[in-house]
Amino acid sequence: MTVTVPAPTGTTPSGARRTPPPEPEDLELLLLIRHFELTLLRLFEAGELSGTTHTCLGQEYIPVALSRLLGDDDFVLSNHRGHGHFLARHAEPYGLLAEIMGREGALCAGVGGSQHVYHRHFLSTGVQGESLPVATGVALALKGTGALACAYIGDGTWGEGAVYEALNMAQLWRVPLLVVVEHNGIAQSTPTAAQMSGRVAARAAAFDVLHHRVTSLEVGEIRTELAPLVAMVRQDSRPLVVEFATHRAGPHSKGDDTRSPEEIALAAAHDWYDRYARLFPEPFARIDRERRELVERIAAEVTARPPSAWERP
Amino acid sequence: MTRVSEHLNHALHDLMETDPDVHLLGEDVSDPYGGAFKVTRGLSTRFGDRVRSTPLSEGAIAGVGAGLALAGRKAIVEIMFADFVALAFDQIVNFAAKSTAMYGRPVPIPLVVRCPSGGNRGYGPTHSQSPQKHFIGVPGLSLFEMTPFHDAGELFARMFALGRPCLFFEDKVLYTRRMYEGGVVDDLFRYEVAGDVARVRLDGVAEPDCAIVVHGGMVHRALDAMRVLLLEDDIACELLVPARLHPLPELPGLERARHVCVVEDGSEGGTWGAEVARVLHPRLWSSLRRPITLLSAADSVIPAAPHLEREVLVQSARIRDAIVEALS
Repeated sequence: MTVTVPAPTGTTPSGARRTPPPEPEDLELLLLIRHFELTLLRLFEAGELSGTTHTCLGQEYIPVALSRLLGDDDFVLSNHRGHGHFLARHAEPYGLLAEIMGREGALCAGVGGSQHVYHRHFLSTGVQGESLPVATGVALALKGTGALACAYIGDGTWGEGAVYEALNMAQLWRVPLLVVVEHNGIAQSTPTAAQMSGRVAARAAAFDVLHHRVTSLEVGEIRTELAPLVAMVRQDSRPLVVEFATHRAGPHSKGDDTRSPEEIALAAAHDWYDRYARLFPEPFARIDRERRELVERIAAEVTARPPSAWERP
Repeated sequence: MTRVSEHLNHALHDLMETDPDVHLLGEDVSDPYGGAFKVTRGLSTRFGDRVRSTPLSEGAIAGVGAGLALAGRKAIVEIMFADFVALAFDQIVNFAAKSTAMYGRPVPIPLVVRCPSGGNRGYGPTHSQSPQKHFIGVPGLSLFEMTPFHDAGELFARMFALGRPCLFFEDKVLYTRRMYEGGVVDDLFRYEVAGDVARVRLDGVAEPDCAIVVHGGMVHRALDAMRVLLLEDDIACELLVPARLHPLPELPGLERARHVCVVEDGSEGGTWGAEVARVLHPRLWSSLRRPITLLSAADSVIPAAPHLEREVLVQSARIRDAIVEALS
């Protein structure tokens, strides 16, 4: 079942003149996440970070748009690409960076790292598809309270059988589950066309699960579009799949982008960052500088902290 | 006389009655069917939505149980046949067990996954396994098994009190057997339960020739062997049955036995018994007179035809022969 809503007003990257200006708070959050992610890549290059990290460059607007549609009692489940999801949920960049760097003040003592964070109704974990059955269980517990479980997945996640087992149960049992699909057209290095037959909408429809596709890149517009649907998830207690047509402007993890220059250029053309810089130079330049400097201070401060301590169970 | 399946059923009724946070999920668990082995009979009628018959989705059932647990409830998940728990391996190992520790602080995941296990019922290769060994040594995961000596209600309370996911194996051959009561097994043997371990002894024998360690499903075959060993071979054995299989609880009295034998129905290779021996060897090294005897099912699939199945699984005659040989 696909919900039909009026076409968004300013959806294409070229449709610049119709782009509404973002609210300052949204721009601040977008740019905080952008500079947080860029800083991680820089720290990696400098040898300051270990392991791996997956940045959400180009996709920041999705959790920012959703942030005001979610309440304190809602439970967010995130995935390997979860820094933006977290920062849009909790304004705690120091704790998150400390977690990623294994420093004092880490959200999870440095045990979880980039992909495994559990903090105040936000939980990320690193196995694809695993979170959807868990989210269904959380939603079952929340059913009737007005709160919902929100799970972020990617287009690649749809290769996992757990997704279908969970969607089936979520619809059968009518649980308030919001599945956010960040369809960026690529699973690590494999284009969606090479790993997915059919469409997400048809797969949701197979389970009678409500599906809605978002093509807008504008935070305010997305919110207006989704608010009644998210309210329906709560009030009617039912699952909803919201599929964002988005673009991954950066590599899968660090320097592992094997896409052609044309493909990378296409993703970059959809990036909100350059467009906002061009369209709204005044607030953008100032907020951009402020957030960049803030993240630089955070990185300097956290890097100087002693290592995190963990009391092993 | 209470059969083990009835005893488990009563324990679940009591648990759900006294703790409104407990939910139960599994395939065909609702009335009037009440589960493939009738262990959940009456629960859905009495407790409504807290009991759910699920689609055939073992992985997601375990995940939903973990999600309920994460959200502050307690979940019991029934896997219809323990063989199918392989389908839930990711949720149990990578989510439920790891999540208790990987967020840097203890995260309670009160989840019990019930697994009807074991063979000797002619169900064939995919419905007869004892897969305990595949879950040994998973950080954050505890393994328990029903025995005819332990109160199931106390075991459920104990597993939930851990705040960590537990697998609870119930050997299918136990379902129709009776629960032992009053410290008496039969005319020869007496038993006592201390914590996680049941101990079966001959009256007046303080230093047995052999101490046998088994999981719950192996109890009756071990007892049959012990009777024959005593009456025909003049070998006095005692039996230790831990309800917690991993981590292994302290097993009492082994220093006084002339020999130790561990028997299990899992297939050879990387076994629970080998883990028991690993724990016991350093402790008993100075008193052991010979290596601990390990008996397990053959390195084989479990055939359906009864005459073939008997050959693969451990039977009482094999236990007797092995102990006679070890002590000769």
